[in-house]
Amino acid sequence: MITSLPKLLSATVVTLKLLSLSLFFGLFIGLLFAILRLNKNIFLNKFAYGYSYVFRGTPLLVQIFIIYFGLGQIEYFRSTFLWVVFKEPYWCAIIAFALNTGAYTSEILRSAFQTIKPGIIEAGKSLGISNKIIFYKIQIPVAIRQSLPAYGNEIILMMKGTSLASTVTLMDLTGVAKYIISTTFKPIEVFIVAGGIYLFMTFIIHNLIKFLEKKYSFN
Amino acid sequence: MELLAFGKTGWGDELFIATLMTIAVSITAMLIGFLFALIFTPLKLSKNKILNFIGNSYTTVIRGVPELLVIYLFFFGGSGAVMFVASIFGYNDYIEINAFITGSFAIGIISGAYSTEVFRGAIQSIDKGQFEASQVLGLKRFAYFFRVIMPQMLRLAIPNLSNVWQITLKDTSLISVTGLVEIMRQSYIAAGSTRDPLFFYSFAAVLYLTLTFLSMKLINRLEIKYSRGF
Repeated sequence: MITSLPKLLSATVVTLKLLSLSLFFGLFIGLLFAILRLNKNIFLNKFAYGYSYVFRGTPLLVQIFIIYFGLGQIEYFRSTFLWVVFKEPYWCAIIAFALNTGAYTSEILRSAFQTIKPGIIEAGKSLGISNKIIFYKIQIPVAIRQSLPAYGNEIILMMKGTSLASTVTLMDLTGVAKYIISTTFKPIEVFIVAGGIYLFMTFIIHNLIKFLEKKYSFN
Repeated sequence: MELLAFGKTGWGDELFIATLMTIAVSITAMLIGFLFALIFTPLKLSKNKILNFIGNSYTTVIRGVPELLVIYLFFFGGSGAVMFVASIFGYNDYIEINAFITGSFAIGIISGAYSTEVFRGAIQSIDKGQFEASQVLGLKRFAYFFRVIMPQMLRLAIPNLSNVWQITLKDTSLISVTGLVEIMRQSYIAAGSTRDPLFFYSFAAVLYLTLTFLSMKLINRLEIKYSRGF
């Protein structure tokens, strides 16, 4: 039980890297699609809705498999410069995670934008602030604050999602745990250690979000 | 389209059966989840500190640990645990549990943690007066729970249970790692033998989308039915 700890801890680093990179890219994707959802152009709007519907309606495993196993099948795609990125399982996993969390994040941000009190925007307008600055300096910060609790849940879900990287040969925390289980055949002990590490990360994320919520609360 | 033909030449019939398997596993897992919720919701609402702790640790641990890890625990540890219990009763032969039972149990435990949270929230948001009224009327505990609390709880729980159903349905794709032939596993086999992963995985995605879409429609109807008069 103790002997497996160093291996599992070094695998935790991989999990954390996967998580932070996918959250970073996912946040941009989410923000982009949330803005598209609020757009009055019906095509952009439908496109963004379709994106989030497809990515939220299918399992993450299918998405990773399509990107990792599926895209390599297209001859033309292999000759483009993108292939440098897509031939690595590491980047395929990150792209799949980012697209997935982007879909959920866009829904979270969209509802946050829609629940901003119109008075705040009107106040900005009556002070003669331009629409662009209202958007960047008022709407986005308020929306981020309002979506913090929901986004915290999404971070935890994404952390659990990174475990799927083990299905495309990456040795993350779950991948290493599975390897140790299948070689030592001690499922319960390894589950306790690996599960404990995951729980600890959940605990940290949960408290971090709580702290941020308090720090940026309106009162 | 040839790839999807029914019969020996295509994968249509195999994928159809695999889809039925996904539905079967999801429903079994959801029902097992309800059983777990039925046990753990009262624990979470209990005033006894120890019972409360047991209820809380169940939902916290399961919701904080990746689904895949839970599945591996059951896949590698399941038959060992059953054999251990059987050996207490004096049965020492090797027992193998089939992938369907392992899988639906693993997903069921996960789904149960989410259902527990939903039921807890629903019970807590029922008006206090309802509890008091049934006490005043002298209803027996059983009648009070099944006749007064349960119907009201279900109405409040249905929208959130539909989320749990979606999570459960999508989680069943993870059972493919144990070798149970559901949509994901069948697509993996088909992709391997035809060397056409893009087509089969995209088709799997379409199947999942159809399932989520249809089940949403069905649940919306239930929601309308149960919220009559409100």
